[in-house]
Amino acid sequence: MDFALNDIQQMLQDSAAKFIQNDYDFETRRRLSESELGYSEENWKLFAELGWLALPFDEEYGGLGGNLTDLMVLQIELGRGLVVEPFFSSVVLGGNLIQRHGSASQRAELLEPLIAGELKLAFAYIEPQSHTSITDIETSAERSEAGYRLTGHKAVVLGGPSADLLLVAARTSGKRGDRNGLSLFLVDPAQPGVTLKSYPTNDGFRAADIHFDDAKASLLGEVDSAHGAIQATLDDAIVALSAEAVGVMEKLLDATVEFCKVRKQFGQPIGKFQVLQHRMADMFMECEQTRSMLYFGAITATAGGEEASRAASMLKVKVGSAGRLVGQQAVQLHGGMGVSDELDVGHFFKRITMINTLLGSRDEHLQRLIGDAQVA
Amino acid sequence: MNIDLTDEELAFRDEVRAFFQNELPPQVKEKIQRGLRISREDQIAYQQALYAKGWAGANWPEEYGGTGWSATQKYIFNNEAAAARAPRIIPFGLTMVAPVIYTFGNEEQKQRFLPDILASKVWWCQGYSEPNAGSDLAGLKTRAVRDGDHYIVNGTKTWTTLGHYADWIFCLVRTSDTGKKQEGISFLLIDMNSPGVSVTPIITLDGRREVNEVNFDEVRVPVENLVGEEGKGWTYAKVLLTHERTNIAGVATSKQRLERLRNMLAEPPAGMPSLVDNSVYMARVMETEIELKALEFTELRVLSAVATGKAPGPESSILKIKGTEVQQMIDELYLEAAGHYALPFVPEQYEEGGEANMIEPHFAPDTAPHYYNNRKVTIFGGTNEIQKNIIAKAVLEL
Repeated sequence: MDFALNDIQQMLQDSAAKFIQNDYDFETRRRLSESELGYSEENWKLFAELGWLALPFDEEYGGLGGNLTDLMVLQIELGRGLVVEPFFSSVVLGGNLIQRHGSASQRAELLEPLIAGELKLAFAYIEPQSHTSITDIETSAERSEAGYRLTGHKAVVLGGPSADLLLVAARTSGKRGDRNGLSLFLVDPAQPGVTLKSYPTNDGFRAADIHFDDAKASLLGEVDSAHGAIQATLDDAIVALSAEAVGVMEKLLDATVEFCKVRKQFGQPIGKFQVLQHRMADMFMECEQTRSMLYFGAITATAGGEEASRAASMLKVKVGSAGRLVGQQAVQLHGGMGVSDELDVGHFFKRITMINTLLGSRDEHLQRLIGDAQVA
Repeated sequence: MNIDLTDEELAFRDEVRAFFQNELPPQVKEKIQRGLRISREDQIAYQQALYAKGWAGANWPEEYGGTGWSATQKYIFNNEAAAARAPRIIPFGLTMVAPVIYTFGNEEQKQRFLPDILASKVWWCQGYSEPNAGSDLAGLKTRAVRDGDHYIVNGTKTWTTLGHYADWIFCLVRTSDTGKKQEGISFLLIDMNSPGVSVTPIITLDGRREVNEVNFDEVRVPVENLVGEEGKGWTYAKVLLTHERTNIAGVATSKQRLERLRNMLAEPPAGMPSLVDNSVYMARVMETEIELKALEFTELRVLSAVATGKAPGPESSILKIKGTEVQQMIDELYLEAAGHYALPFVPEQYEEGGEANMIEPHFAPDTAPHYYNNRKVTIFGGTNEIQKNIIAKAVLEL
């Protein structure tokens, strides 16, 4: 039994923390988020040099062969910096899908430029009617002699505006709700028949609604059998996203405690008031319990199998509840400053709020766990 | 980062499991199976079986007869004990007063008291709280005045758990009024058979006698029963409080209770309502399971830190609060699983020979008394509000 970081994880944590501290203060982040691209290409190159883009991929494709625990260590730090570069959408979602479902030649062809920072991916799976169901897919692919043609509407595709290549989940057989008959396609977003409606998100990222109208697409891996790879990728992504959430929450707690030590009212620091002390004790406990749950999720997911899905859902429920408490109380204890755009706290609050929505909310996963409805 | 047990630890787990299967005293095993209460004699028989196995002093140093178990081994033991629904080990002797005696007592005290504690030959109870000293424990007034070779003790201790079973009591007493109130407190061992000691029952919400008031009226206590130095009792008591923080969460027992509840939900005994289709209830079961899983990992993190020689991190302060909150969440789930059969008050059906007019399902009538009584867990051992004060001060440095 051991919860200490190994040498590689320690190095990863140090390099990420150093990057945030030296090159990614909140004003830098704000500037990048508000820039035309929405992040920094220079940083993306740096991530490649630091090996972060190679972390979860097999060594035969130039990856570092890291497991989910390694990814977790990096994501916690990225959360503390509120990093807007499309790491989650391109590497955690896109890259992992290719690793899980791509053919050997597709993996070689796509992972190497991804790792080098020369290819960015986005995963288009949500549809306006589907919410978090990954089987409720209407987008369909028709096969002709010239290859596949894709038609449909994908909603809120994270990192869509900057993606060089889209990964699209579409139905090749069966009906809405079926697990069988789902396939993954590679789609060039710059071709005719693909229309992007791009927008910034509330939490400082970029996304797009994407319409496909008889667009050319090439099949990733085997036809009709993508459900398992999608489910497994999303389960892993929950662990990665929850790690980011832990970074965000711990930052919110730290900022709140510091603020309450210096903010004076009634002639004393407001942190001396017991009602606020207990609120912060609650925030502290929720942060620690979420970190514990994250370790459970990462360890269980690394082992794989049925339990991994269940553990991911349990983790997402905890992140949803605890994130709401920590986020809301951080704003409350900052008083008026908590709702000002000027202070970083509000932006961490925005992110933790949107994290609950991503990959299935607390309530949706709770429902999935009690078997009331088949969300998967 | 891993939670795998080593081969040696797995072998240890098997050995502990076999002990609970094969070596529990027969009358204890039978009562567990029939869902009956454990008597004083059963409790002693159980603890003496552990002693015979060499497992009584789980936290003790080996030189005093302890097991020398690692933190992981203690965790394994607690899990197996809970899975077997074994009685909890009464902590007052083995895990509370013994560490104070072997850490701060003199050689004579160690030889006089420790062997009998280890062998569960002497039952101890704790004399800390007083009617006017609860959360503000250092405000205690029970006085010990030196008179030659004796202290004369006057005062009242309260909430004394199983004091009516006890042979000895360890007390915090006031030996001085000067200086800080914490500095006038001493740690005194008192024979419950001394003239002037009287024990009065306090009946709790479950209708049972578990706690007592203990009154001291001109009780003469030999000075050799003072542990360590006069005026240092508060320091010793604090050491004692931090000595065994982990099992306070009761994770292993909560896991066992939740698993048993899940089994009953899957196959309800006659008379229990069917709840699996009640999504509101099932969501609460699930949320409790999630909180408990998080707590288990918080506890593992503490154990892992201790195992590598570090002091427990700030996460250890959470164990008491979250552990007791989860226990009470489970109490509520049981209460509601009992449905209408939470109403009958029939404590005799959990006593030997009292099952003649049994109300079924057997578990149901105990759920409400247990729920009522167990409101104590967020109150004792430092209320959860006091625990939050500790987090605010010691961890957040507010």
